[in-house]
Amino acid sequence: MALLRVTSPHAHGPASTQKVMQQVLLATVPGVIALIHFFGFGVLVNIAWAALLALAFESLALKLRGRELGFYLKDCSALVTAVLLGVALPPYSPWWLIAVGMASAILLAKHLYGGLGYNPFNPAMVGYVVLLISFPVQMTTWEAPRGVGEVPGLLDALRACFTPASFDGTTAATPLDVLKQNNSLLLENLWAAEPVFGRWAGIGWEWANIAFLAGGLWLLYRRIFTWHAPLAFLAVLALMAALFYDGGSSASGGSPLFHLLSGATMFGAFFIVTDPVTSAVSVRGRLVYGALAGLLVYLIRVWGNYPDAVAFAVLIMNFAAPFIDHYTQPRTYGHRKPAKRREES
Amino acid sequence: MRKIFDFHGGIHPPENKQQSLGEPIRDAGIPAQLVVPLSQHIGAPSSPIVAVGDRVLKGQVIAEAAGFVSVPQHAPSSGTVAAIEERPIPHPSGFHALCIVIDCDGRDEWLPHRGLENYEGESPSDLLEHIREAGIAGMGGAGFPSAVKLKEKPGASIDTLIINGTECEPYITADDALMREHAAEIVAGAEILRHIVGPKNTLIGVEDNKPEGIAALQAAAEGTGIEIVVFPTKYPSGGEKQLIEILTGRQVPSGGLPADVGVVCQNVGTAVAVYDAIVHGRPLISRITTITGEAVSRPGNYRVLLGSPMQHLLDLAGFDPARNQRLVMGGPMMGFTLTDSAVPVVKTTNCLLAPSAEELPAPPPAQACIRCGLCAEACPASLLPQQLFWFARGKEYDKLEEHNLFDCIECGACSWACPSHIPLVQYYRASKADILQQRRDHEKSEQSRIRFEARQERLAREEAEKEAKRLARKKAAELRAQQQAAESGDDSGAEVDPIQAAIERAKAKKAAQQQAAGGESEQDKLEKAVASTRKRLDTASAKLEQARAEGSDLIDALQSGVDKTRAKLEAAEKALAEHLASQDNPPPASEPAVAKPRSAAEIAIAKAKAARAAEADLSPQEKARKQLDSLRQRLDKSEQRLAQSREAGEDEKIVEALAATVQRLKEKISALESEAEKVESP
Repeated sequence: MALLRVTSPHAHGPASTQKVMQQVLLATVPGVIALIHFFGFGVLVNIAWAALLALAFESLALKLRGRELGFYLKDCSALVTAVLLGVALPPYSPWWLIAVGMASAILLAKHLYGGLGYNPFNPAMVGYVVLLISFPVQMTTWEAPRGVGEVPGLLDALRACFTPASFDGTTAATPLDVLKQNNSLLLENLWAAEPVFGRWAGIGWEWANIAFLAGGLWLLYRRIFTWHAPLAFLAVLALMAALFYDGGSSASGGSPLFHLLSGATMFGAFFIVTDPVTSAVSVRGRLVYGALAGLLVYLIRVWGNYPDAVAFAVLIMNFAAPFIDHYTQPRTYGHRKPAKRREES
Repeated sequence: MRKIFDFHGGIHPPENKQQSLGEPIRDAGIPAQLVVPLSQHIGAPSSPIVAVGDRVLKGQVIAEAAGFVSVPQHAPSSGTVAAIEERPIPHPSGFHALCIVIDCDGRDEWLPHRGLENYEGESPSDLLEHIREAGIAGMGGAGFPSAVKLKEKPGASIDTLIINGTECEPYITADDALMREHAAEIVAGAEILRHIVGPKNTLIGVEDNKPEGIAALQAAAEGTGIEIVVFPTKYPSGGEKQLIEILTGRQVPSGGLPADVGVVCQNVGTAVAVYDAIVHGRPLISRITTITGEAVSRPGNYRVLLGSPMQHLLDLAGFDPARNQRLVMGGPMMGFTLTDSAVPVVKTTNCLLAPSAEELPAPPPAQACIRCGLCAEACPASLLPQQLFWFARGKEYDKLEEHNLFDCIECGACSWACPSHIPLVQYYRASKADILQQRRDHEKSEQSRIRFEARQERLAREEAEKEAKRLARKKAAELRAQQQAAESGDDSGAEVDPIQAAIERAKAKKAAQQQAAGGESEQDKLEKAVASTRKRLDTASAKLEQARAEGSDLIDALQSGVDKTRAKLEAAEKALAEHLASQDNPPPASEPAVAKPRSAAEIAIAKAKAARAAEADLSPQEKARKQLDSLRQRLDKSEQRLAQSREAGEDEKIVEALAATVQRLKEKISALESEAEKVESP
């Protein structure tokens, strides 16, 4: 009788990385549906094309690194990156834009650092920022949402992506952009003058944010991540907005609700800030990490050069994560104080 | 209602306890052979006091405690000691250790024993002695000698005694069965422990997944003042530190003991063993063990004699080796695999788990850590397992210690929760071992450094002492020279350095010689050479004689010196004779030089030569005897000398040297004697 000789523990829980990733993918569905509804099939084409590229680049990198394809592909992490970048990019982006973005995300940000778990920066956000800096025109051209303009069909979406023919749909500035450019109208008047604004924020954007919030809450319920980072992120963003709301004057930064439901706020709070690999690890660390990311988002949105800021804020906080970890170790059982940091002399 | 506290982390693995709770506790009977390991506890292994072939009775002491942290072992049944030898024992590394093997006679004959009639009249220290004599070591898992744990710690006042009936590990139901069927004994044992410890509160802590056990305990504890505290089920609430936090809200300081926060913990099984020992005078020779897992068809709890081979239990429980894939002693979270089903049940064997491959599948390959933090959420010690893993992989031992690796209790909650199936606990265990090894190595090198430095220091000190002595001698010599100079009235000499004076004397002598040589004939020169060589020979011979008389080690060197001098003398005499012959003038001066009766030294040399020549003619036996006689004389002399110097209280070094000489002589004599015997009786 050959007895298996292993050390404890012998039992294992049901959790698996693959299941975690699949649940994250599933949780993006409401948000993606909302985006498709308001911005058309360009969103879906983005995601599908990005997913194909992600699998291709991931396979290529694994092959170059001499890793077993099946074992690593099944963790679904490349698909998560693809969906996150596909959602973040403007719909109807050309195929090469997405390809450059995915190559940066998978090859540069992920595999050059050693693959899943070893990347210091969120791959999707690296891809996004590379594109935003390199191709600012394409990256800031958003289709007008349904209700403001006409939304093209699936064929148009495919054509826009894969043929060089220029796309002649209606484009419109995003609500965050409009608010940023405003320097003369009271918010009330701006709301009336611009067709992009809806009930609380931009038309379409507000519902997409609510849908991502729903997906995020489901992930919280599934205990895929803890509430600390997203709540701190949203709370600080709302707090900053409240502090600088200014009663709705022409210099106002926008209401807390406007910021919470605009741009990539909810998407960032539940799908980017919660990325475990690149964020801080302890409970206190995640509170600090989320709060500072929220602060940065507001600072860049209102006083920076870019209308939205989740990608930059998250990348900057990725830099800071090890530093935060360094100072936020929890108090271990039986110790009076959190582990004392050694003085580096 | 007592306030219940929560501890950080914890997990809820499937309990799998129902399988082994279907039937009441069964008796496992007496196996043909019992193997009693001498080490079933933490601390020094006990030392056997029986011999192979001895008949032993049930409950008889067969090995006694060796030291303070140790317990004795008793014969679990009557029979004959078949062997005292190395056997495989239940150990994570599959060690062998010394065991007493008893062939049971099946009569199960007890050694007459009697409990204490009124333990309340006994002092705690006497009761502790009884507990120790009964061989009781913690039955929850670690096996720490209970008497040591219960002994009052100086400076610590215990206000809470906790009886641990938590049993949080999946599958195990031994304590649950004990609580259901022997609640009265548990409570009685707790009362004895309370009498020993004298706490304000005595609590029995039980998880809420054992309602029958709780009900039985509550009924038994009615009116005793012992409180049954029920709290939510969560692994690892049965860990001593966690249980203390649940029941008191206090945390045992890192590296400290429960006594530091006024708590003593004992397992329910230990409480029953204490009751048996005090009230019935029965030592710890059996325990309740759960046998469960899909590879046994009749899982359940058995009362097992300690030393019963695991195979005996497996046979009872309907074991199917074809379905089994590993044997675990303990539970699935903290138990360890056995390499052999022949290993015996010991005092800490609470469970024998024989799972099928589907039940506890082999661990899948680990994926990358995504730092999800599920491990940190599960950790009952509030550690950051993902960070520890990262540092363990990088062998960053400083960081590991900084992140309190040694506060990890290896409960396995992090590994259980990890979605990437990383064997976290195994990493921590290996790192702990590495760090401990590093510490030991460091200590060793530190010790040799200290030793080396001490040696260097000693050598330098000795050198300095020598130098100081030299200086002192020099000073004394100067002083003497001054005194002499003053005495002789030579005022100029008083200022002359003695060495300088000696050099000058030598110079003057040389000059005189040269002068003489210049003015003297060849013959005179040669005559002088002969005379001075003879003088040197005389002194050398005298020295040699003296050395012989004292039995000094210098004889050989002196002898060769004498020989050389003699050769020189002969050469000088020859040269003189030749010179005289060449002058054809019989020298009158050479006559006395050659014919003159020699000095005492020369006579001695002649004697020695004659003796040697005589010796050469002697038979080997006679030679040896002679040698022996002379050695004996020398020994007598040396001994006298030693006695004298001892009486005179001379310098230790001298006494030691003399003693060494005596010793050496004795050795020589005995060597010669044995040789002589050999020669005489071929």
